[in-house]
Amino acid sequence: MAEALAPEAPHHKTATEKTSLITGSEAIAVACQLADVDVITGYPIRPYDTVMQYIAKLVANGEMDCEYIIAEGEHSQFEIVKHASACGARVFCGSSGVGWMYAMEALTVTPALRIPMIAMVGNRALDDPGAFGVEHNDALAVRDLGWQLVWVDSAQEALDTALIAYRVAEDRRVFLPCAISCDGAFLTHSQGIVKIPSKAQVDKFLPRYNRGDLLLHPDNPITVAPQANEDWLMEIRRQTAAGMERSPTVIREAYADFAKVFGRKYENPFFEEYMTDDADVVLVGMGTLSNPVRVAIREMRKDGKKVGFVRLRWFRPFPGEDLAKSLSRFKAVGVIDRDFSLGSPYSSGVVATETRAALYAAGAKPPVIGFICGLGGREVLLQDVRKMADKISEAAAGKPQAATQWIGLRE
Amino acid sequence: MGRLYAVEIVYRGIFQKKLAVNVSRAIVLAAHREGRPGISFGRYGDSPERNGIPAKYFAIVADDELTLEEGMAKYEPKEVDVSICLDDTLFKGVESWAWYGLQPINKLVRENGTLVVTTLKGPGELTPVAHRKAQPYKLAIVKATPSFSGLWVYKDDHTDVRVLGAIAKAVPQMFSLASLQQTIRDEWHDELKVKSATKAYNSFSTTTVTPDQGNPEEPYKFDMPKWTEMREGIAIPGIAVGDQVKDPVTGEKGGWRPGRNATFKKWATRTMRPVIDFEKCIKCTLCWLQCPDSCFDVMPDGMYDANLEACCGCGVCEAVCPEKDCVTMVNEAQFKDNHSQWEDWRKDGPAYLAELASWIKDKPARSHGFNIRGQYEKEVPAEIAREA
Repeated sequence: MAEALAPEAPHHKTATEKTSLITGSEAIAVACQLADVDVITGYPIRPYDTVMQYIAKLVANGEMDCEYIIAEGEHSQFEIVKHASACGARVFCGSSGVGWMYAMEALTVTPALRIPMIAMVGNRALDDPGAFGVEHNDALAVRDLGWQLVWVDSAQEALDTALIAYRVAEDRRVFLPCAISCDGAFLTHSQGIVKIPSKAQVDKFLPRYNRGDLLLHPDNPITVAPQANEDWLMEIRRQTAAGMERSPTVIREAYADFAKVFGRKYENPFFEEYMTDDADVVLVGMGTLSNPVRVAIREMRKDGKKVGFVRLRWFRPFPGEDLAKSLSRFKAVGVIDRDFSLGSPYSSGVVATETRAALYAAGAKPPVIGFICGLGGREVLLQDVRKMADKISEAAAGKPQAATQWIGLRE
Repeated sequence: MGRLYAVEIVYRGIFQKKLAVNVSRAIVLAAHREGRPGISFGRYGDSPERNGIPAKYFAIVADDELTLEEGMAKYEPKEVDVSICLDDTLFKGVESWAWYGLQPINKLVRENGTLVVTTLKGPGELTPVAHRKAQPYKLAIVKATPSFSGLWVYKDDHTDVRVLGAIAKAVPQMFSLASLQQTIRDEWHDELKVKSATKAYNSFSTTTVTPDQGNPEEPYKFDMPKWTEMREGIAIPGIAVGDQVKDPVTGEKGGWRPGRNATFKKWATRTMRPVIDFEKCIKCTLCWLQCPDSCFDVMPDGMYDANLEACCGCGVCEAVCPEKDCVTMVNEAQFKDNHSQWEDWRKDGPAYLAELASWIKDKPARSHGFNIRGQYEKEVPAEIAREA
């Protein structure tokens, strides 16, 4: 990182935007630096560990001032920042794969306590077998618990989204944690040109974290998380649900302000459409598989195949109505899951199941085919995308298709 | 549709858990003998694993499966045919761990239903203690020292079968004496227990309690806020730090009374309370250190006063006190309020000591179960011989 940033003075002193060649992990570390995060905990697991390494370097170089704590495991890692956040600190942490799962108890209690923790999940296949490559099941494991979940597909988007995540999570209307998912290897370990905003711009966009009457401090004596019985649980769950229900509005506001301050505009915060205007059929997916999908679509367009792509950014809150409205325009939909949901309806992946649920209330319901693809970091090849596009085109033409299909599998 | 029968058993955590289970199970088994289905369960929100904390068990019996299912659709019955009170100090009301304020002991007893209590007291003494009820109900007494055992020991003094004998008489439609007798034989293989049950059945009698009898006080309850009215983040206001204590005689301020939860005050939670002979106290601090509820306040003169709004009556202070007869656990039933013993002693020492002696007089009649090895063999056979 030091090398990447070397040509100029430490950038927190720079007044204007500059560019650097950095990885997705590095971009998140820079966002932490710009957001002036107070407490950061780390515990190494690949590919998330790249973030903690970059942050360690920033701290060691005197470029970042924060409490940087190496915990004795992921459970402690997430507990430490949870408590620091309750005391009013802006916090950051993260993990990958089974490390994330080891923190599960801490992950579970964080939303109900209304802790705006920001975490980076370097998406990694869950053991066993031990593998480094990307699968989305780690982050998706908390999808029902009150975590906001967002997937990005470039280093620039990682940086931008981290700043937006702080703005959204720390909004009193929300006060819920947010995990930013970066695909292992494809994003965590590959460098791209990233525009790095100035500290002044970030300060303009991101207000200080104000915990108000929930601040754990001697001047505000409160007890947090006392034992409660059946007389209280439903009300507490409803409060957490209300925070999540308010999140979409806050996300929209944050993206609109982001465009004003930084001049980079994300049209629809929740999902990005590619060549959908005249498309007959579309593929839906999350994360870096967008790259081969977009390229394959451009190739297929040359052959006259009208295929589009919808890249889902925010999985929680899930943009159910908007996505259903968008997808009901097409003749068939193929959902690419870089995850699995064993025993789920139609043996599909998580995103396919959620998409089908979202479409249920839509007036026009296109057939939905679930594709399981790219598990464990296997590349999603152009020919895989073509195959998936062919399957949905056949479905659009009325030819029955299997509800779930594994693509790129040796068979 | 057949008839539904519900029995509630109110008991003290740990000390009477096995006793409550025995009564509840035998009700269902005796009714089952006559072809009636039933269910026995403890109230889940209670915490019967805590010494002396009031808790409940329920036995639900019906003439047929469909009626039983309809009865169980409301998990905790709103109305019962019989309430069993296994400890007469619960007549003050029930403060369970599943905190619903103070619940009158007779709250669930239906009109003309029966409240059975194990006690040495008479109806004249007990009736004024229970809260008034709009409908009349019947009070039945099973004459016995309330039966208390420990975590690992069951005091088999026949309280279980004697209560069952009373139930067989109170609600003969639920199960007959013959069915109960056979159930006891099958469960316990003990003819002496059959005899105890039969005796309780035969000597069963009731007194009617009318709506104008009983404690006229409105039992305290909590208002439950809506979800929009609660602070978010599972955060509640902290407890105030505390303050010094004022000596009622000299006006001098000193010592320390820590702040405590203003809502969660103990009253009927206890079956016993500690009383203190301040003349014997050596200020060793052990009660203050060891009390699991931090209920001891430090007085200006360095004495330790049990703050009864915080005391659960567990008896740890008595157990750790090194001075003979300095801290003594006594029957809670004789007290009308929670006020400070130390203040009474400061204002009039001799009068306080005389009162203290009268409280302690009752001491052998009640204990928290078994405290010494060999106590069971020494006490229980004699009790059984007396009852049977």
